[in-house]
Amino acid sequence: MSTPLWTRLSNPSHFMRWSGTLVPWLAAISTAILALGLYLSWFVAPPDYQQGETVRIMFIHVPAAWLGVFFYASMSLSAIGTLVWRHPLADVAQRAAAPIGASFTLICLVTGSLWGKPMWGTYWVWDARLTSMLILFLIYCGIIALWRTMEDPNRAARSVAILTLVGAINLPIIKFSVNWWSTLHQPASILRMGGSTIDPSMLYPLLVMIGAATLGGTTLHLYAMRTEIMRRRVRTLTIREAERLDAGSTVTTSDAGRDLPLGQAV
Amino acid sequence: MGVIRILAALVARDLTLASRVGGSGMLSLVFFLMIVALVPFALGPDLNLLSRIGPAILWLSAVLATLIGLDRLFQADEEDGSLDLMTAAPVPLELVVLAKVIAHWITTGLPLALASPLFGLLVALDGTAMAATALTLLVGTPALTFVGAVGAALTASIRRGGLILAVLVLPLMIPTLIFGVSAAQSALGGTVPFATPLMILSGLSLIAALVGTFAAAAALRWSE
Repeated sequence: MSTPLWTRLSNPSHFMRWSGTLVPWLAAISTAILALGLYLSWFVAPPDYQQGETVRIMFIHVPAAWLGVFFYASMSLSAIGTLVWRHPLADVAQRAAAPIGASFTLICLVTGSLWGKPMWGTYWVWDARLTSMLILFLIYCGIIALWRTMEDPNRAARSVAILTLVGAINLPIIKFSVNWWSTLHQPASILRMGGSTIDPSMLYPLLVMIGAATLGGTTLHLYAMRTEIMRRRVRTLTIREAERLDAGSTVTTSDAGRDLPLGQAV
Repeated sequence: MGVIRILAALVARDLTLASRVGGSGMLSLVFFLMIVALVPFALGPDLNLLSRIGPAILWLSAVLATLIGLDRLFQADEEDGSLDLMTAAPVPLELVVLAKVIAHWITTGLPLALASPLFGLLVALDGTAMAATALTLLVGTPALTFVGAVGAALTASIRRGGLILAVLVLPLMIPTLIFGVSAAQSALGGTVPFATPLMILSGLSLIAALVGTFAAAAALRWSE
């Protein structure tokens, strides 16, 4: 009991145990909150006086945008964990977060353009906010692509951690320059949605939806982390099995390839 | 041995290699010219239109030309083992990265910036616009190379890493592109004074130099 709580929780086999019991509960709770949020946003929240019923897209769009940014932030924290402490779970967390974050960013882009068609008359405008989200999505794609090209998980983890942090440094710069660029090219967009301008009747359903999305995203993330840990265990077992088979038939094969783990480029 | 002498020796080595094997500096210039020449075929030979978007064409060509040869920045040394020697040498790896990036910039970014007034003629830029575009390229291309170096270091051990390198670094080059083009455009006349985006552009180059050097060295060090 002398070890700190965090160290115990982040031990991979410990993690598998507590997350295994936690995930069903989290899933149930987030489904319940999601149902409540969807009910509020479909039936309780009034249609907008200008936008009509299409304003309900907002209740999907804004949580998705939030999660896209949220998962990038959590990936950056995990990247620090990978580089500084070389913690295996940090690397697993980062790897599991990337596809989820990319999906939510894509959902944000798609719902945004579906919302834009009735409101602005076009599926896409080069508005600063849209453009920033598009670039965020492209960076996610680059990170996932880099992961897929490297077969050794340990080497991939460090490379991707560096890329994630470089991206995290760049994202504010990109945000700033895209703002500059869009004010230079076109006047500020009609989309003005500061927190204070939202009526409480719409704000509360939105907050419930954001809460549901965050909880649901965390559930997905934990589940994906469990999958990733199991995938790595399978990989290790495969390598061991191959080594055992290789050791059994030393007569036919040379020893040159013995020490190379399976799947690593020779 | 002084830091400057080590740096100079490493830069000289890379420049010699670049001048002997294929001459990548000349090649990226030809590539630059190629893209500038392709744009009028796509847009039509309207000189008014071309002169209006001329700085944008030159900048876009510069971004693409920087990508050429970037995948070999560390890969060639990684393959023949000289990168291992440099890592083991009593020299900080950051210095090695800095030297290689400077050498790469001298063979790609610098020729592009110097030749851009000439290519500006093809897209009907006037004197001011040509000078402004050349100046922005001179200030901004180091940022492109430093950002690219991070991608090159990350993909150094990947076979056929050229495509993934482009996917990784192009989003990070967007701020440089934005401020490079807007500085060049503001010289043509506009509400923004020329100095403002140019200052931000040089700031971007400095940030990229700092972040790029350390990140690329970290990526090379941890790739073993």
